[in-house]
Amino acid sequence: MSKITYRDALNQAMCEEMTRDERVFLMGEEVAEYNGAYKVSQGMLEKFGSKRVIDTPITELGFAGLGVGAAMAGLRPVVEFMTWNFAILALDQIVNAAAKMKYMSGGQYSVPMVFRGAGGSAARVGAQHSQSLENWLANVPGLKVVMPSNPADAKGLLKAAIRDNDTVIFIENEINYGDVGEVPDGEYIIPLGKADVKRVGKDVTLVAHSRMTGFALAAAEELARQGIEAEVIDPRTIRPLDENTILVSVAKTNRAVVIEEGWCFAGIGAEISARIMERGFDDLDAPVARVTGKEVPMPYAANLEGMALPSVADIVEAARVVCGRA
Amino acid sequence: MSAKQKQAAGITHDGSFYDLEELNAMHDKMLFIRRFEEKAGQLYGLKKIGGFCHLCNGQEAVCVGMHHAAEKTDYILTSYRDHGHVLARGSDPTAVMAELLGRAGGIVKGKGGSMHMFDAERNFVGGNGIVGEQVPIGLGLGFSSWYKDDGRVTMTIMGDGGINQGAVYESFNMAALWKLPIVFVVENNQYAMGTSLDRASAETHLFKRGISFKIPGMQIDGMDVLEFDKKMSEAIAHARSGEGPILVEAITYRYRGHSMSDPATYRSRAEVDEWRSGRDPIARLQAQMIEAGLATEEEFKQRDKDIKKEVAAVAKAAEAQPEPDASELWTDVYSDPIEGAYPYPVKVG
Ligand SMILES: Cc1ncc(C[n+]2csc(CCOP(=O)(O)OP(=O)(O)O)c2C)c(N)n1
Ligand SMILES: [Mg+2]
Repeated sequence: MSKITYRDALNQAMCEEMTRDERVFLMGEEVAEYNGAYKVSQGMLEKFGSKRVIDTPITELGFAGLGVGAAMAGLRPVVEFMTWNFAILALDQIVNAAAKMKYMSGGQYSVPMVFRGAGGSAARVGAQHSQSLENWLANVPGLKVVMPSNPADAKGLLKAAIRDNDTVIFIENEINYGDVGEVPDGEYIIPLGKADVKRVGKDVTLVAHSRMTGFALAAAEELARQGIEAEVIDPRTIRPLDENTILVSVAKTNRAVVIEEGWCFAGIGAEISARIMERGFDDLDAPVARVTGKEVPMPYAANLEGMALPSVADIVEAARVVCGRA
Repeated sequence: MSAKQKQAAGITHDGSFYDLEELNAMHDKMLFIRRFEEKAGQLYGLKKIGGFCHLCNGQEAVCVGMHHAAEKTDYILTSYRDHGHVLARGSDPTAVMAELLGRAGGIVKGKGGSMHMFDAERNFVGGNGIVGEQVPIGLGLGFSSWYKDDGRVTMTIMGDGGINQGAVYESFNMAALWKLPIVFVVENNQYAMGTSLDRASAETHLFKRGISFKIPGMQIDGMDVLEFDKKMSEAIAHARSGEGPILVEAITYRYRGHSMSDPATYRSRAEVDEWRSGRDPIARLQAQMIEAGLATEEEFKQRDKDIKKEVAAVAKAAEAQPEPDASELWTDVYSDPIEGAYPYPVKVG
C-alpha cells in the first residue's frame, strides 16, 4: 500500500499495463511532452518513448477513430480526451463505430480500447467545461462505462479497463485528481461490473458514483449523527450495472436515494430507481428519491455554481424524507 | 491463335503486361459484380432485400483494379457502397448475398446488411454507414501498421461527398504528420445522392485536397481497369515505401440511383448514356481483349450467360438459408455473454 493521489493511481495503472503489454499505447492532446493537461501521464513519455506516448493535434474525432482502427488491428489503445466535454466531437466514432463494430461485423472485429479523461463538473469553468455525460454513453449497448471515486478504485478499474476486450469509457473526475488515498502496489485489478459497499448501514441506501460517492459518505456521517444509518453503494461501473448489490442493500434498508452530479432527465438515477422499482418494489417502504444536478447549464458565479450542484445537505435532506424523518 | 499462343499473349498497358489469365479474372470479376448488383436490385424490388441498398454498377473497375493492385494482407475499408469491393476482395458471394437477404449464413451473420460487409480473414474492414466515418478508422489501421511495422498498406475509400467531412482532414493531417502507410481513395462518381460534385465542392479536383497536408494526389481513370490497377499499384508502392500517405481520385460514375429508392431525376438520360456507352469499364476491357485477339464477342456472350447462371445459383443458395437464430440477437454486443440484459420480462406479483 502507498498513499498516492487519484492522478498518480491512474498513472501507475497505465505504466504497469504498458510495461506488461506492448500493444498498449497512450494517445491524446498534450499527453506526452506536456505530461498531460492534468498531469495524469506525468513521466510516461520518458518511460515509454514517443512511439507509445503520442501527442495528437486537436482533433478529437480523428484520433478517436484512429484508436478504433488500431484496436481493430489488434492494438490496445488508451485514448485520452483532455476532458469529456471535448469527446462530444468524437461521439460518432464512439457510438457509431466502437460500440457497434463487433455486432455489425458479426463478431469478426472487436474494439478493445479505453477512452479516458476528466469528466463531471469542474470548478468555475462555466457551462461548456463542466458537465456529466455518462448517461449518454451508458445508454449505448456495446460500451462499458466506468467511473472511479477514489485512488484505489482508479487504479484497479483502469487496469481492468485496459485489459478488457471491449470498449471502455473511463470517466475520471477532474476535482478528484488531487485526492490522496491508500492504493495497493503492483497488480491490483477490480473487475468491471462490481459495485462496492463503501459504508454499511441499515436504514437507507445511498447510491452514488464518481465525486458524489464522497458526498454520499459525508452525508452518511451527518445522518449517523442524526440517528440514521446509511449504507453507501458506489456502482463504480455504470454499465454493466451491478444492480444486485443495490437490490440486496435495498432489501435490507427498504429505502433508497440515488445521487448523481448530472442532470435529472433520463439520468443514471432514473435508470437505477427504475430498476429498484421493477425488481425490488416489494422491498420499498418509500418511493426512491433522486438527488441530481439542477437542469441548467453550469453557471460561472460561485454562488450559482454551488446551487446548481448536488450538496451534502441535499442528500441528507432526501434521506430524511425517504426515512419519514423530514 | 492456339491456346498456347493465347497464354503467352496478353495486353501491355502503359508498360505493364497483363497475361490472359489475369485479364480473364479481372473481366469475369467485373462482370460478376455487375450481374450480382443487378440481381440484388431485382431482389430488392421483390422486397426480399430491405433497408438501404447501394449498388455500384459502373464502378466495377475501381473495385477490381484496387483489389488486383493490393496485397492480401493489406487492409481495405469503405463506405456503405461495399458489395463490389467485398466481392472483388474474394469473399464468398453466397455469404454476401445472404447478408443482403438477412440470412444466417450472411457474411456478418445477417446482422449488418448491405452497408456493413466485413471479412476479417481477407482484411476487409467494412462497410461503414456514416459518411466519412471509415476514414479515421483507416487512419488507425495505418497507425497499427506503423506501430507494428508489419508492412501493410491501408486503402481507405470514400466518396466525393464523403471527402467533405471534417474527419477526413483530421485524418489527412495525422497520416501525413506520422507518415502512415495509407492510400486514401476517393471514388468520384460525380454525385453524393442528388448533389453533383460542383454543387458541393469548391475544389472539384479532389486529388488536390491533400495539398495543404503535403499529401500527393493522383487522378486516375476509374473506368479503365488496367489503368486503374497500374496507377493504383504505384500509389500503394508509395504508401508502402514509408514516404507517407497518398490521395487517389478515381474518376467514375454510378449508373444506378444513389440507393434503390432514388430515381436519379437530377441528371439527364444523355449524361448517363454518355458514360454507359462511351466509357463502360467492362465493354472497354472486352474491346481491348478482342482487339488483341484474346477473345471473341461470342466467347464474352457465353461468359456472361455463365456468370448470370452463377449469380442465379448464388441467389438461390442464399435464399434457401434460414434467418439467423433468435439467439443471435444477443451475441456480439460484448466479448462475454451479457448478463442481466435489459429489458427483463416484466414479472407481476
Ligand atoms: C454523416 C452522414 N450524413 C449523411 C448521411 C446520408 N448519406 C448517405 S450517403 C450520402 C451521400 C454520400 O455520397 P458520396 O460520399 O459521394 O458516396 P457515394 O454514395 O456516391 O458512393 C449521404 C448524404 C450519412 N449516411 N452519414
Ligand atoms: Mg459520390
